[in-house]
Amino acid sequence: MRGKKVLVKTESLKKHFPITRGIIFQQQVGSVRAVDGVTLNIYRGETLGLVGESGCGKTTAGRTILQLYRPTSGRVIFDGTDLTILKGEPLRDMRRRMQMIFQDPYASLNPRMTIARIISEPLRAHKLTSAKEQVDRVQELLRLVRLNPRFINRYPHEFSGGQRQRIGVARALASNPEFIVCDEPISALDVSIQAQIVNLLEDLQDKLGLTYMFIAHDLSMVRHICDRVAVMYLGKIVELAIKDELYDHPLHPYTQALMSAVPVPDPVVERKRKRIILEGDVPSPINPPPGCHFSTRCPIAREECFHQEPPWRDVGGGHFVACHEC
Amino acid sequence: MTTTEVSWEFFEEEIERPPLTPAQVAWRRFRCHKMALVGVGLLIAIFLYVIVGAFIYSEADANRTDLSITLSPPSRDHPLGTDGTGRCILARTIYGGQISVLIGLSAVIVSVTVGVLIGAISGYYGGHIDAILMRFTEAMFNIPQLFLLILLAKLLSGKIPTFKLLGRSFSGSVIVIIGVIGLTSWMYLARIVRANFLSLKEQEFVTAARCIGSRNFSIIFEHILPNSVAPIVVAATLGVASAIINEAYVSFLGLGVQPPTATWGNMLDQAYHHLDSEPWMWFFPGMLILLTVLGINFVGDGLRDALDPRALTQTE
Repeated sequence: MRGKKVLVKTESLKKHFPITRGIIFQQQVGSVRAVDGVTLNIYRGETLGLVGESGCGKTTAGRTILQLYRPTSGRVIFDGTDLTILKGEPLRDMRRRMQMIFQDPYASLNPRMTIARIISEPLRAHKLTSAKEQVDRVQELLRLVRLNPRFINRYPHEFSGGQRQRIGVARALASNPEFIVCDEPISALDVSIQAQIVNLLEDLQDKLGLTYMFIAHDLSMVRHICDRVAVMYLGKIVELAIKDELYDHPLHPYTQALMSAVPVPDPVVERKRKRIILEGDVPSPINPPPGCHFSTRCPIAREECFHQEPPWRDVGGGHFVACHEC
Repeated sequence: MTTTEVSWEFFEEEIERPPLTPAQVAWRRFRCHKMALVGVGLLIAIFLYVIVGAFIYSEADANRTDLSITLSPPSRDHPLGTDGTGRCILARTIYGGQISVLIGLSAVIVSVTVGVLIGAISGYYGGHIDAILMRFTEAMFNIPQLFLLILLAKLLSGKIPTFKLLGRSFSGSVIVIIGVIGLTSWMYLARIVRANFLSLKEQEFVTAARCIGSRNFSIIFEHILPNSVAPIVVAATLGVASAIINEAYVSFLGLGVQPPTATWGNMLDQAYHHLDSEPWMWFFPGMLILLTVLGINFVGDGLRDALDPRALTQTE
């Protein structure tokens, strides 16, 4: 990844959701540390995968990067501009350059808008085309995502899940963004449709030079589409590496456990495969353990891990890990 | 990575049925609602009565007094009888009906505008704005509406000159009544709209709109409001009925539309001293109010069922 330009950069990004109590005079009694210090670079033209189990803060991280949630602290630098200090009109203007594809293709399209209105919304919001060109642009986008351009006057409920997701993709592409956060874009779809959408996303990346942050929990799909993969656990990134390096030589004990859970489509290998089964549950993000967040479930934790937060260090070849042991 | 090219023909076959818009689905459901159709029938009849009737009787007929025939029962010349100054009740119910319906509709337009704006702003922005607007709404709720109506009607009466609309002149008190009824009945709607906004603004399509960079204005009016149209339409429909009744209250108390302009409400007021002796004086305007309100409520019920979003998904 040397020599490539950084498009998006986060610096110890945190998003804590306050827990309040009281009816009239609300006081904060704690916070959910959904994202608790995420530092990463996303290079122009790459696909960065973000994996982790449910509730580890993947989606929140994606939304905080796009400023859909304002971060509690830390910075998000998009092509040299610090998004966290932008407000109002300048921020709205930046939104043209970064978009999101949502997980749920049913909830993310307004049921009372036609496809034409849904897809042209970014064009109208940023006044990118005249009203006349708008229809042409929408049809062009529909062709780009391989939907029939005749569909423009239909409503979302007339489409299948996969088709709706394509509409979501077309909408995200309408303003010619450089960066797209794909928030589990395939996990609500059938396996057969998943492949179509993933291939579509890859094609579009080649054609339009997009940069993706691909949030998912399907590890084999992530390996297929991503260039680099970051593993998240309880609000923090524990390991980040080029995908083959991460899949073949995971260093962090959590990554190792995660990788061992991926089934191999070969009964002989599958039978011999050793599964690492973690004990206990994920601690609550309201009250994460001191030191390493993973220390409570870590098979190789030692004294230090319970007190001191492990440093984020480069073990060579762009492979980063946050662990005292490895 | 190669992708499978899918030809257009594949999709052409996929959807043959002409698509139904949400409005078409609602209309199909509405048609199946018998009481709603009865309500529509009643309302059409009332509209014909007050509009076609105006071509047969002139407004001068409605206001012409004839002291030789005061308090006469229904007869060939005056099919619904005459009142205490010999005016024809039939002509008066026609012209009074125009006023009552006009007040009902206009007052609802006022209350829907105010209610939707306050509810939308409150629900969408939340925080301090919400707290202030909702406390204000609750304060308005706590003042009895009738008391406000009487107070405002008393304070504002006679301040607005007579005006002309569609070839008829209206006393300025009509405007006062519309404003007063509209401004004292928006609170219920504001609460409904706020509640709807609170739940809808958490929907993913609203997040998507924010992500796209749409302005708050367009998120409120293009995304959230069209999705809360069902409760607004229902509340507005029922609001017409209560506005007509409110007009009747105020006019009954002598504070509403001033004579000689007739409304169903002030006709009832004038019938007050003749309840036993001349029942035709109150029966006809009272019956018209009853039928109108009944019809509107039936239509409101039908709309509520037709616009129910769960029902919408069933028909898909």
